[in-house]
Amino acid sequence: MPEPIAKVAGRALPLFADDVDTDQIIPAEFLKITQKKGLGRYLFYRWRQGDTEAPENFVLGRPEFEGSPILVGGRNFGIGSSRENAVWALLDYGVKCVMASSFGDIFYANAYKNGLVCVRLPDGTLSEVRREALAGALDMTVDLPRGVVVYGGRSVPFDMEEHVRERLTKGLDDISLTLSKHGEAIGKYEAAMPAFLKVRPAKVL
Amino acid sequence: MGATIFDKVWDRHLLSDSPDGQSLIYVDRHLVHEVTSPVAFEGLKAAGRKVRRPDLTFAVMDHNVPTGDRSDPNPDDLSVRQMGTLKANAVGSQIALLDIFNPLQGIVHVIGPELGFTIPGTTLVCGDSHTTTHGALGAVAFGIGTTEVEHVLATQSIWMAKPKQMAVRTRGALPRGVCSKDLALWVIRNIGTGGAFGHVMEYKGETVERMSVEERMTLANMAVEAGARSAIMSPDEKVYDYVRGKPFAPQGRDWEEAMEYWDTLPSDPSAAYDRSVEFDAGRLEPQVTWGTNPGMTVGVTEAIPGPEDFEDGGARAAVGRSLRYIGLAPHTRVKDIEVDVVFIGSCTNARFSDLVQAARVVAGSHMKVHPSVKAMVVPGSQSVRRRAEEAGLDKIFRDAGFDWRNSGCSMCIAMNEDRVPSGKRCASTSNRNFENRQGPGGRTHLVSPVMAAAAALHGRFVDARELDLADVGE
Repeated sequence: MPEPIAKVAGRALPLFADDVDTDQIIPAEFLKITQKKGLGRYLFYRWRQGDTEAPENFVLGRPEFEGSPILVGGRNFGIGSSRENAVWALLDYGVKCVMASSFGDIFYANAYKNGLVCVRLPDGTLSEVRREALAGALDMTVDLPRGVVVYGGRSVPFDMEEHVRERLTKGLDDISLTLSKHGEAIGKYEAAMPAFLKVRPAKVL
Repeated sequence: MGATIFDKVWDRHLLSDSPDGQSLIYVDRHLVHEVTSPVAFEGLKAAGRKVRRPDLTFAVMDHNVPTGDRSDPNPDDLSVRQMGTLKANAVGSQIALLDIFNPLQGIVHVIGPELGFTIPGTTLVCGDSHTTTHGALGAVAFGIGTTEVEHVLATQSIWMAKPKQMAVRTRGALPRGVCSKDLALWVIRNIGTGGAFGHVMEYKGETVERMSVEERMTLANMAVEAGARSAIMSPDEKVYDYVRGKPFAPQGRDWEEAMEYWDTLPSDPSAAYDRSVEFDAGRLEPQVTWGTNPGMTVGVTEAIPGPEDFEDGGARAAVGRSLRYIGLAPHTRVKDIEVDVVFIGSCTNARFSDLVQAARVVAGSHMKVHPSVKAMVVPGSQSVRRRAEEAGLDKIFRDAGFDWRNSGCSMCIAMNEDRVPSGKRCASTSNRNFENRQGPGGRTHLVSPVMAAAAALHGRFVDARELDLADVGE
């Protein structure tokens, strides 16, 4: 069950890439691990290995960005595979918030269900933030109840679905909520479910 | 105003609307595999909860299964543990499971429809993004994350904001040698990898109506690569014929009642969509991806772009990076691209008709696999494999030098031993050309089964429209 989150404060970690797919966030070979803990070391594994640029140039390898909890990306972050391991790896690494102008739908849902804050900002704002973060340490605060990002004396509002904000700020557990509030509706649907919609029992074993 | 098929199925399964825009939807079918389920079962156990409806849940091992000799599988320890975990969870919760020794085992999105687990008018989820595939039969299908898998196991329902709806209207018949995969890539090329974020794509119109159900599955499968939350198509007689008699499908009186319900599902002509796009398939040419996302696609007669073809600085940088990864010079002609590996497989293109299409090229060419190419065929399921063997397709492939494997996700996700070696170039019928997707350093070009088979023979891309095709299969 995720902890309630009101604010994320800390240094910005600029990631200069659009269309970051979850295969890049965590490669498939690490999906065989059946635990959430310890995945941080595999975050952006190939990029950290120096796949496309020298590893010391990649932001995750640079000491000045160590411990920065706010990842600032670009467009279409978290597209592709549904692997929740991408979210777990980010959280285990210490990323608490990802900023992008758009997110893959499954990634976005996985994120808020695990207490990873996803903030949508316009592309222009993001590139400005990334530039500033690269030029020198940029401290930011994401204020969920107020719906603003504060940095460098500026305050930029962002939109977040009310239910996402509520889940994050209250740290709600979906299952107990569903069963306590909607158990009856589920039971009613099941009682009325026609035979033709059920799975016909068949021997396949 | 009329309703779409998505509206109709959604409304029937709607349990509750919350004021914040989230809806609770009943889940009729839940498919489970070894990679995204262990943490969900663990969470369930930790909270002292049980699987609510094992009878509506079905498990299969597919993602990291070995595709070599099944009598002596030798996967790595972690794979063994992951498969063992699924087995223990399935047995413990009384969920039917197809393990790697089961003759019906296969890729989750192949076996669902193939066994009649997927039927029109149901809601279906799976912890895998390519669950969009099942929409080809008129099911409302969503790929979900592991926390959601746990929620579905415990409650048989899912919270979700109702997606927006995008009509994808198609006209024209696919030209000879052009496949539904080419249309799928063409659509992504045009609307982009984020083009359908937040939407369910409803494919409709002439091109889709002309397609077989299996061709439609390829189209629905790739919808997620355009960012879609789901894909759907109105069921027709072809779908009924496809589903009829399948093991899990309704029979007898249930079948009659099911058809009565299914007849009500097709989208009303007056239904409204949030967005609408239109494509003419009649003059489509075979498509080949050149970069590191499925939107980076050109036609087989074209040259790939260069960074300077893009005005936006970000796009230019992304193209440069992709070209570096893929190891191609800007403006290389597609037909000049040589390949080292050919993979015919995956939930996108490894059904029986896909293998028939590929085998027609091989048999029609009287050629062997090019000496510098390593080519493999991985059937979508063991049932597909048997059927192909009965039709003699395996012989066509083997005689030409293709490796004929057992079923699994294989080189599409490279979690087992099937990988594209670093720096090698693969023509693949799979769905993702992301960096390292098919193995560290491996380079992927997504194509149709026809294009992949031809590339295996010629050692480079050739225009599938110009090939001799033999009659094989049925």
